[in-house]
Amino acid sequence: MTATSKPKTRRPSIRITRRRIIALLLILLGLFIFVEAGTLDSELVTTLTFESTSLGEEPTVGNIPVPTSPYLVVIGLLFIVSGGLNLVEWQESRPRGISLALLAICGLLFIPTVIIAAAAGNETNLTTIVAESLRLATPLAIGAFAGIWCERAGVVNIAIEGMMLFAACFGFTTLFFLRATPLPLETAQLLAVIIAVLAGGLIALLHGWLSITFRTDQIVSGTVINILAVGVTSFVRREYLLSTEAGAAKLGNIAIPILSDLPVIGEAIFTNQPIFFMMFVMLAFTHIVMFYTRWGLRTRAVGEHPHAADTLGINVNRTRWTNVFISGMIAGLAGAWFSLEATGSFNDGMTRGAGFIALAAMIFGKWTPIGAFGAALLFGFSDSLGIRLQMVGVGFPVQFLQMVPYAVTLVVLAGFIGRASPPKAVGQPYVKE
Amino acid sequence: MTTAPPVLEVRGITKRFPGVLANDNINLTLRKGQVLGLLGENGAGKSTLMNLIYGLYKPDEGEILVNGEPVEIAGSKDAIELGIGMVHQHFQLVDVLTVTENVMLGNEAVSGPFLRRDRARAEIQQLSREYGLDVDPDALISDLPVGIQQRVEIIKALYRHADILILDEPTAVLTPQETRGLFKIMRALLDKGVSIIFISHKLKEVLEICDEVVVLRRGAVAGHADPKESTEQSLASLMVGRDVILEVEKATATPGDEILNVLNLRVNDDRGLPAVEGVSFTVHRGEILGLAGVQGNGQTELVEALTGMRPVESGRFFIKGVDLTGASPRKVTERGVGHVPEDRQRDGLVSSFTVMHNLVLCTYYQAAFSQSIVVDDRAIAENARQLVQQYDVRPPIINNIAGGLSGGNQQKVIVAREFSRDTELLIAAQPTRGLDVGSIEFIHKQIIRMRDEGDGVLLVSSELDEILSLADRVAVMFEGEIIDILPIEEADRDTVGLRMAGVREAAQDGAT
Ligand SMILES: Nc1ncnc2c1ncn2[C@@H]1O[C@H](COP(=O)(O)OP(=O)(O)O)[C@@H](O)[C@H]1O
Ligand SMILES: [Mg+2]
Repeated sequence: MTATSKPKTRRPSIRITRRRIIALLLILLGLFIFVEAGTLDSELVTTLTFESTSLGEEPTVGNIPVPTSPYLVVIGLLFIVSGGLNLVEWQESRPRGISLALLAICGLLFIPTVIIAAAAGNETNLTTIVAESLRLATPLAIGAFAGIWCERAGVVNIAIEGMMLFAACFGFTTLFFLRATPLPLETAQLLAVIIAVLAGGLIALLHGWLSITFRTDQIVSGTVINILAVGVTSFVRREYLLSTEAGAAKLGNIAIPILSDLPVIGEAIFTNQPIFFMMFVMLAFTHIVMFYTRWGLRTRAVGEHPHAADTLGINVNRTRWTNVFISGMIAGLAGAWFSLEATGSFNDGMTRGAGFIALAAMIFGKWTPIGAFGAALLFGFSDSLGIRLQMVGVGFPVQFLQMVPYAVTLVVLAGFIGRASPPKAVGQPYVKE
Repeated sequence: MTTAPPVLEVRGITKRFPGVLANDNINLTLRKGQVLGLLGENGAGKSTLMNLIYGLYKPDEGEILVNGEPVEIAGSKDAIELGIGMVHQHFQLVDVLTVTENVMLGNEAVSGPFLRRDRARAEIQQLSREYGLDVDPDALISDLPVGIQQRVEIIKALYRHADILILDEPTAVLTPQETRGLFKIMRALLDKGVSIIFISHKLKEVLEICDEVVVLRRGAVAGHADPKESTEQSLASLMVGRDVILEVEKATATPGDEILNVLNLRVNDDRGLPAVEGVSFTVHRGEILGLAGVQGNGQTELVEALTGMRPVESGRFFIKGVDLTGASPRKVTERGVGHVPEDRQRDGLVSSFTVMHNLVLCTYYQAAFSQSIVVDDRAIAENARQLVQQYDVRPPIINNIAGGLSGGNQQKVIVAREFSRDTELLIAAQPTRGLDVGSIEFIHKQIIRMRDEGDGVLLVSSELDEILSLADRVAVMFEGEIIDILPIEEADRDTVGLRMAGVREAAQDGAT
């Protein structure tokens, strides 16, 4: 029907395509790596290890020594070549396939290259890097899922940060007071997590009340909550928590049966804290609900075209209320990670903007749970890289390497995935008549 | 005929919106297996009445009976349970979902909490076969043309076992061929005992398909008509409340020298794909070149390129012999081009500005309306008062916000602005889309007047009747190319209709 179905004739002008832009960036990057490799001592060797803990008590499973400088020279050349090949608009399918495959290989090699370059001359433990990335991604991923629940139903949630902070504070306060009772620690911790989750939900109800019932601008409502969170939680800390000692009772490790017996990753990944595992549960839960259930279909319809949903007898505002509440509870779980799982204490503003990074992960992931999880992982990797490099102390500017994953994300988004399109009705209150 | 039992009765329905009496004591009856036509100008209250029946609004007074029983319809859920289905004037489809998902939404086939897309898909295929509603259940709505989207809407109603079907202006978005297809589907539905309310302001269609016609005017029933004993003329008078001249009266054209020359123009669409693929034509002074074609065959991009709103890939165009390829919209405007854009809300007006300021959008900076950097509101108001009178903008209040006017009056504001300037070439895209008979008549007269005053006119319309009654020559655009240009004497409905569908050879009779 439309003109797109017709084969188009090629015109001999140079067209700027996504692929060409990426190819140019690749060439530049390859040149940069090539030059940098030349400045390194050619004797340097980076050893990739696969130990289950960074302390190295266990016998190592295997070490891969990588001569840093030659490796980087090869990678640099590879980037330049595949960039060059992708600048050409191939007519035949064979060379086109080859250059696309090269492009994919470059993409896959990217993060290992960052690791190897960063650790030039040292040992670097890949297992810990992966485990650390996952651990640091936990609040970001769960926060992003919270965002998805809310925004898929058409309600902007920039209050994830505030919800997390509230949850972190009230969860920890609960634990603090329960420790004074004869309740066993585990029960107290469980109750604390539950209170944190409910606190998140409760704050979300405030968001729903302002933005759904009163049709306040959703950004304003979210901002109000974020500001409120900073004030209320620091008040609570000053009044009740100042006497607590930090690092007290973090949530204990759980070993997943069978999987935790695997070599290396059994200990590094499958023996871990509960909210860490909840990240995977929430990933599956969000994905399945959104795309395979009645509730998810209705949620997406309400977020895209609420009037259409209304004409089919779906209660738009009730759907939104429910989703906002669930979103708040999930954000609460992410908040519990900070005070109950990661530190065992509560500090003012301890979420440090993670709620906003979670939102960024949601957007990078195009409002899909799997995409958001991937983005959160990338951010987690960047964090863990930064921490490690600061410990190791490389000659490279740490901030530059830390920036690399974000730069990759930007290029990948701009180049391959294209414009992120939010649910169409997001931010608009629904008015019936 | 009228012995069939009533399935839906509306008694004394009144609905007020703030400041508007949208429905005033309306009575009507729909009988089993029949088509009730509902005719009325824009704003007559047709959609409001249907939304009341479908439970989206609540009536202030009056009652609704289904199968003789008074019913309480508090929401669309109740309407659906009573067997009422509605295809809204603006489709209620979720773009990012598939056909199956849209159809099942709200009445999902599930086992436990999980969707059973396969079961819904099977049911859709069954309905497709039964009623000739051909559609791919797995296609995304955003990939479907409007004609197919409409089928999805009908399937949505049938999936919910509707036996009363409301079609709110279903043909407004269709080509003549698609309209014929819709009528075929409607007849199949009637055979199965479905009763239909058909809303339109195209008189021909109402006469063709309806068993009975009710005419609404300013919220009230203006009269009933039997299609067998009515003419387009009588229906139009009933609708507008005065005699309307349906045939456009115009003298034969006296074309002068060339004013617009287009040479092998190529333009891309928003996605960067070729939309106009090497188009050449000329417009002379004192003639109307009608550009016919189904929406989406490159007309939009062509007009945008000619008015400086979209970059040209290759080729050139000349206005009064001057190459204006790639010139800015202001350059084009100052060259004496008037433009009535296709999307009047987006490109024609600043909806949050007043009528008077909208009337000087292309001229506010000129000496007549501003001194140095300060605009002269008094001159602007004076200009507006004159134009509002002359072009019959209603209400004639120059300080009204343009966005608050009805579609017809918004269009009159644009026409007033563009036609009152000192122009020599007029580019009018879909100038009467969605307007009612009265406004159409007015705008057609203005276009003819411009032609007779010596302007060249490029009239782009997907409304075949409009092209045939106004144009002096007819060009047909298909898939980005102009596949034929005919003098009006040779352009009959069938030939042009076939060209619009992409048939190039001069097909002989019987090919309809
Ligand atoms: N939701 C609403 N709020 C206020 N006024 C409305 C609303 N819907 C329609 N109207 C007004 O009611 C009148 C009838 O509109 P409508 O039923 O849409 O007419 P039609 O479908 O016949 O073109 C118009 O004057 C319109 O402006
Ligand atoms: Mg209407």
